[in-house]
Amino acid sequence: MIRAALHTLLSYWPRHRFQLFALIAGLALATALWSAVQAINGQARQSYAQAQVFLQQLDGTSLVSPGGSLHLSDYVTLKRQGWKLTPVLEGHYRNAGQSIDLIGIDILTSPQAARLFPAESRGGDPDFLRAMLREPGGIVLHPETEKLLPAVLKEMQIFRSEAVPLGLAVADISVVSRLLKRPDDLSRLILLGDTPPDVMPSDSQPAGSGADMRPPDTRALASLPAHIKLAPGGTARMNPGTLTESFHLNLTAFGFLSFIVGLFIVQGTIGLAMEQRRGLLRTLRSLGLPFAQMILILVIETTLIAVASAFIGLILGCFLAASLLPGVTATLSGLYGAEVSGALSLQPAWILSGLAMTLAGASLASAHAFYTLWKLPILQAPSTQARGQRLLQSYTAWAVAGIALSLGGVLALTLVEGLIGGFMFLGGVMLGAALLLPYVLWSVLGIAQAWARAPLMQWLWADARAQLPGLSLALMALMLALATNIGVGTMVSSFRLTFVDWLDQRLAADLYVTTLDDAQGTEVQAWLRQQGLTVLPIRSKKVQHSTGQIQIYGLRDDKIYRDHWPVISAGPDIWDLLAQGRGVLVSEQLARRAGLQIGAHIDLPTGWPSEILGIYADYGNPHGQAMVSLPQLLKNAPDVDNLRFALRLDPGQLKQVINILQERFEIPRENITQSDVAKARSMAVFDQTFLITDALKLLTLAVASFAIFTSLATLWNQRLPQLAPVWAMGVRRRSLAQIDILRSLLMAGLTAVLALPLGLLLSWALLVVINTAAFGWRLPVYLFPMDWLALVVLALLAAGLAALLPAWRLFRISPNELLKVFSSER
Amino acid sequence: MNAKPLIIWLVLCFAGPAVNAQGFAGLGTTAAEGFAQPSPDLPLVFPRDHGAHPDFRIEWWYLTANLTDAEGRRYGVQWTLFRSALAPGEAEGWQSPQIWMGHAAVTSARQHFTAERLARGGIGQAGVSIAPSFQAWIDDWDMAGDAGIGQLDITAAGTEFSYALRARTQEPLILHGAAGYSVKSTEGQASYYYAQPNYQVAGTLTLPSGLVEVTGMGWLDREWSSQPLSQDQNGWDWFSLRFDSGEKLMGFVLRRADGGADFRSGTWITANGTAQPLPPGAFQAEPLTQSTVAGRQLPTRWQVTLPQRDVSVTVEALNPQSWMDLSFPYWEGPVEVSGSHSGSGYLEMTGYE
Repeated sequence: MIRAALHTLLSYWPRHRFQLFALIAGLALATALWSAVQAINGQARQSYAQAQVFLQQLDGTSLVSPGGSLHLSDYVTLKRQGWKLTPVLEGHYRNAGQSIDLIGIDILTSPQAARLFPAESRGGDPDFLRAMLREPGGIVLHPETEKLLPAVLKEMQIFRSEAVPLGLAVADISVVSRLLKRPDDLSRLILLGDTPPDVMPSDSQPAGSGADMRPPDTRALASLPAHIKLAPGGTARMNPGTLTESFHLNLTAFGFLSFIVGLFIVQGTIGLAMEQRRGLLRTLRSLGLPFAQMILILVIETTLIAVASAFIGLILGCFLAASLLPGVTATLSGLYGAEVSGALSLQPAWILSGLAMTLAGASLASAHAFYTLWKLPILQAPSTQARGQRLLQSYTAWAVAGIALSLGGVLALTLVEGLIGGFMFLGGVMLGAALLLPYVLWSVLGIAQAWARAPLMQWLWADARAQLPGLSLALMALMLALATNIGVGTMVSSFRLTFVDWLDQRLAADLYVTTLDDAQGTEVQAWLRQQGLTVLPIRSKKVQHSTGQIQIYGLRDDKIYRDHWPVISAGPDIWDLLAQGRGVLVSEQLARRAGLQIGAHIDLPTGWPSEILGIYADYGNPHGQAMVSLPQLLKNAPDVDNLRFALRLDPGQLKQVINILQERFEIPRENITQSDVAKARSMAVFDQTFLITDALKLLTLAVASFAIFTSLATLWNQRLPQLAPVWAMGVRRRSLAQIDILRSLLMAGLTAVLALPLGLLLSWALLVVINTAAFGWRLPVYLFPMDWLALVVLALLAAGLAALLPAWRLFRISPNELLKVFSSER
Repeated sequence: MNAKPLIIWLVLCFAGPAVNAQGFAGLGTTAAEGFAQPSPDLPLVFPRDHGAHPDFRIEWWYLTANLTDAEGRRYGVQWTLFRSALAPGEAEGWQSPQIWMGHAAVTSARQHFTAERLARGGIGQAGVSIAPSFQAWIDDWDMAGDAGIGQLDITAAGTEFSYALRARTQEPLILHGAAGYSVKSTEGQASYYYAQPNYQVAGTLTLPSGLVEVTGMGWLDREWSSQPLSQDQNGWDWFSLRFDSGEKLMGFVLRRADGGADFRSGTWITANGTAQPLPPGAFQAEPLTQSTVAGRQLPTRWQVTLPQRDVSVTVEALNPQSWMDLSFPYWEGPVEVSGSHSGSGYLEMTGYE
């Protein structure tokens, strides 16, 4: 019996191939978008995790010198006192325009050393150690980092290890100190096992047992020289997690949204299939098939279709992820400084999650159909009007739930801090608005119907309302897609506009030069000044702050800064006060992170000015930054590098100066940057970010219009009984078809209008709430009405296209078919 | 021979079993790469040769002491500084090719504590200086005293123990082999090798159970070379025995991997401090009892004979579990001597799989 029943039910699909296609396509599209996003996120997280494992130890509790580097003699003195330490020297190595971050460890004592052994010789390889320690030395890096390696370093022994984070190279400290020409510097001293000095029995007070098993005690810490401080783990380096998390949240939100939109399609299709097979089901029941078995068969059927769709979706998702990943990688490294492997590796986790999501989605989408099947008397024929009455009740219930959800979102925004609160707000308001939509449309159409005078118009409005039940899910999907488009589009465009302005301000000079060493820097600058040119030195010092390391720049008092510097908020006369060394400007990120305001004081090491004179924008920089006057910088850090400077030039001088710098001073071309080139490069990195969001935006919209299309196609058969009497009363098929398209456009247009405020709310949340929480800077909101217009047109176009096929069928339908409606009613 | 040199090279191997195809810790590899070679024609000069010889590949300062507390309980103490060169010579700062390793241990009949330090040459974290006075150090471990090393103060500490000892002697140094030129194989491998076996030692051990005041005798070994082992030698057993008669015996067996004849040599030191090199083969050591130590079988009781001096003694470990479980594991511990002569001393065994 079950076999026969299953066979009977399945035989429905070959006769309704389009429905089957819509069902599988809907599920597969939803799965593809979801799993692509998961794959990308998974890949990125895997890269972070690998980096994290490696960096954790390097980021452990350390001794640092808040004013700058430690001296080698500090290390030796502390070791002689019995501190268990291992030294780290970090730096940026530049050569002939290429550069890489180097981390130098003592390969004999660093706990990291064991991680570096080539995989095939784990447990020890004398050749490896000798290669690392003996000239020319060895370096270990991730296979994908090799392309970044400056050419001169390729002469060294290169070892590849996936344990090393992307974008940096690890070598013995002897090699790194040689390459960086910093023989006496150390970046920090990592405490091994948090141990203080052994206390020798030769001291007047012999130590008890386990002398070096205690954590650093106050006595040991008090004995540290004044310039050395204990730094808790995790401060030495910005954790990419917090910065990139919002990016991944964004992607996940997009993926989830697309998935939901896909489910709307599925629900519509399954609902239709149930509706159309009601007669079949009734026959099966009459033949003695128990209700439970019938449900079981339907569950099996749904599962089969879901699994097939899941596999198609996973394959599509894989391709989608692979094509988006390069952009994601570029974005993460360009904008966030987080390196992610560009090669997609298949992880069982995302395959399983994709499969699970599809099955869960399919059951969710079919739950309503099963429920209807269970609730509705099996002998009752479909009646649009009767169901419509019931739907009005549920619309009201939905609307109440929608208002509650929106209010919950607003409440979350006020109660929950940071990103989570922002996303709860978004989730609540978006879902709430979607639930409200059918009620609002129902009411608006009702009002229009009441106002209509001509009978045909009255029928048009009434018929639109009658269609609403079948279309509401698709329209909800459309509204979410449109709102997302408006929101994300506004964010992207605002971001871009702000960024362009800011780049113009920050790169106000015409030429940026990096000399090869300090001596050359001084020489070149002196010569350029003799030529009467304005030289603006770019000199900075890294300083330890309670929020992590910050970079302090020394600014020469110049009109260019007074005119162009992107100051967001400032007290009076900031440039005069800054020039007099009376205070400091801080970047917006630093100000937010440390809770600083104009007039407050920042806790810099003694000697530095501390009063906050102003706050300036520093988009895209994960690290805190501050500005003092150049004399103040030199007073506090006399030995600071003098390698970089900017030049203001007349357009005619540009080429000539570049030539002189190259020929007379032999500065490599790579070390000379024109600001317009730098701007273009920055914009390119920046635009990469939004290629991904653009792609997802379009895909979401496409899925939504597909939902409308399948809904309309689904409604087709139900609509004939309503169209036939109108036709019989003399309205021509051509007019009917036109009215059909018009109605579809009307619904889409109404939805688009309602989506607009929702989209603006979304962009406000993204720009003001989520961006500030994620990055520490707030972006001004710019409005782009032309973009919205384009979007509304796009929505209308999508709805029109979706309505075209049913309208065409109506236009071409033979009167015979329409007449049949009447004969069937008998 | 104090076989530790090998260990040093092991520093560069971080590997498990100490014996490999090229001898213990690569010590059997060909001497070359510009390292200096020992020569019988270049006599030792002091205090200069108490210092480091960076042109040689390997070198150590090796102090062991047999000590007793007020209740008559016996202890052994080890303080060792190894130097291993990646290339001959010295350089400033991190560029130095010298690598240093310290080992310290305290052994009682029941317990055995060990500690290790690793350091880079050139930066001052470890080294040996001879002017104005003698000092050997690594991190916070020290062995320091006068230029003639007649007075040494020694400190070291690990997670569970520390010690501070004073070593004093008026006795002359003992030069092994031919005035300090010590042959290590029939093929002619050799090292510079001298010792001061006559220290009176007193001081304090800090153990988990508390402070222990101890006194006893100490023995300092100094050796440096660029290739002390022949390629087919894979480990050794080394004895330093101090008899109650005032005489002393240093003897070693360099075991061959291929089953060929082991290389045996040593020095007899008379009660008045005169060193007499033993002819090859005169020193005999046969295992009597094996113990399971760190998952392997090691002889911890030996029969040592030197017929020409009427020596036939049983040498037994105070604590058979004196395993140095460090980067380069080996067995090193105090021994008790009984039989024709009685006394105490130290035993070192390497190359046991």
